[in-house]
Amino acid sequence: MLKNKLVLEINNVKKYYNSFLALNNISLKINSGELVVLLGPNGAGKSTLFSIITGLMRADSGACLINGYNIADNTISALKNLGVVFQQPTIDLELTVKQNLLFHSRLHGIDLNLVKKTIYEELVKTGLEKKINNKARTLSGGERRKVELIRSLLHKPKMLLMDEPTVGLDPGSRTDLLRKILNLKKTKSLSILWTTHLVDEAEKADKIIILNKGIIKTAGTQSEILSLAKEKNLANAFLKIVKGE
Amino acid sequence: MIFRHYILALLGLSLREIIKFSNQKGRLFSAIVRPALWLFVFAAGVGSAKGIDPGVLNFYPTQNVNYFEYITPGLLGMVLLFSGMQSSLSMVYDREMGVMKILLTAPLPRWYMLLAKLISGTVLSILQAYCFLIICIPIVNIYTPFLTNYTGWLLAFPFIVLFGLMLGSLGLLLSVHIKQLENFAGTMNFVIFPMFFISSALYPLWRLVDNGAIFVYYLANANPFTYGVEMIRAASLGTFYLNGFIVCIVCTIIFLFLAIRGYNPQVSLIKKSKAKNG
Repeated sequence: MLKNKLVLEINNVKKYYNSFLALNNISLKINSGELVVLLGPNGAGKSTLFSIITGLMRADSGACLINGYNIADNTISALKNLGVVFQQPTIDLELTVKQNLLFHSRLHGIDLNLVKKTIYEELVKTGLEKKINNKARTLSGGERRKVELIRSLLHKPKMLLMDEPTVGLDPGSRTDLLRKILNLKKTKSLSILWTTHLVDEAEKADKIIILNKGIIKTAGTQSEILSLAKEKNLANAFLKIVKGE
Repeated sequence: MIFRHYILALLGLSLREIIKFSNQKGRLFSAIVRPALWLFVFAAGVGSAKGIDPGVLNFYPTQNVNYFEYITPGLLGMVLLFSGMQSSLSMVYDREMGVMKILLTAPLPRWYMLLAKLISGTVLSILQAYCFLIICIPIVNIYTPFLTNYTGWLLAFPFIVLFGLMLGSLGLLLSVHIKQLENFAGTMNFVIFPMFFISSALYPLWRLVDNGAIFVYYLANANPFTYGVEMIRAASLGTFYLNGFIVCIVCTIIFLFLAIRGYNPQVSLIKKSKAKNG
């Protein structure tokens, strides 16, 4: 029953920077339990779209609905349903792991007695329980990302946004993060929008959306994209579509 | 439920400020040493044995006031001013470190997040202000007894809070416009020093007229810091200074309104991204 519930709906979103059209009539839908990868080269408009979905920026036209709530008009309800992992690290380096997670919980009005147990359990799952009282500054890039992922899920969002989350991670940490995300999708029926410019990260997605110069070039499953581009691997198909061949 | 959420968020922001403050051992030390130097060194050198005449606007029971006592409200204002500007610095730091995004994507109204940030910063300011009073005033009092008694500083508490809120909201407003941490030196030169020196913190304003610095006199009269200092001076002596109270309330509202407007995604972030892209 949950499977087909629409969690993210973006309708005809347009965004200008002065006269430069950064996003041109972007529309997309993500259902419950779906992993959608937004694939695009640098400057495609991924981060602009991400900022609009998170309410950090307003679209010039169109609408963005999270679990039925319009981010522009009903920002608070929309944000309650959203977990975010930003491209730039957003962890407070001066606080410990536990303090960072409790800080986020308070911002989301979560009962601290309940969340303390969840925090510990999640840290155990990621092998970070011994670093619970370590300052975030002492963690590696991969460990910080894991903490950010735990943090983004503490308030039990319906939708998880991840903006190029593997930037700066070593191959081991990247694989780890991808595995964790696939597991979350499977076990918690979480909807995930993952933006990236790395083609291999899109291979496990339910749907791939290719964005270039603010336009959705194509969207579909991996096999649909391969057959459309008449290519055998996704990297070549992506390049072909982006170059407009 | 919503009220609980608001209180939790305020608590979260305040705790974060306090934790960070307690990690920076030197911050409290410098917050006390700075005004202490002014009190023990500057006042000792500049102050006259005969005292100082506060002029027409005089809340003291006498027309001749001990200089150490005269500059104490101004030095208290200095602690609040530096602390308020530290809040702006922490906002710029949060923006550079990405933590600002976490604050702005929390499911709370943006105005409330900024108000909570202001309150949490003011809590720290008040703590520092009273640490200064508790440590320094008894020492000065041994050599030159003050007309202001200790309960006066307790009576002044709500006004010190208001002054702290005004300077904190000014800090928030500045953080909208300060893009990088490196620009904080500019804040020192163009905000903190002029605000402090062109006010009645160190000398009564009639002296400016007496010395022919009429333009500086008018500037000092237009400076909200002057009104804050006089409001605290009055309150510590058990008097209510209405003009100071009104100026502080109005300035707090204006600064906070402009800061909230500056953090509005429609007004500010778009402007920033336009600047970045074009």
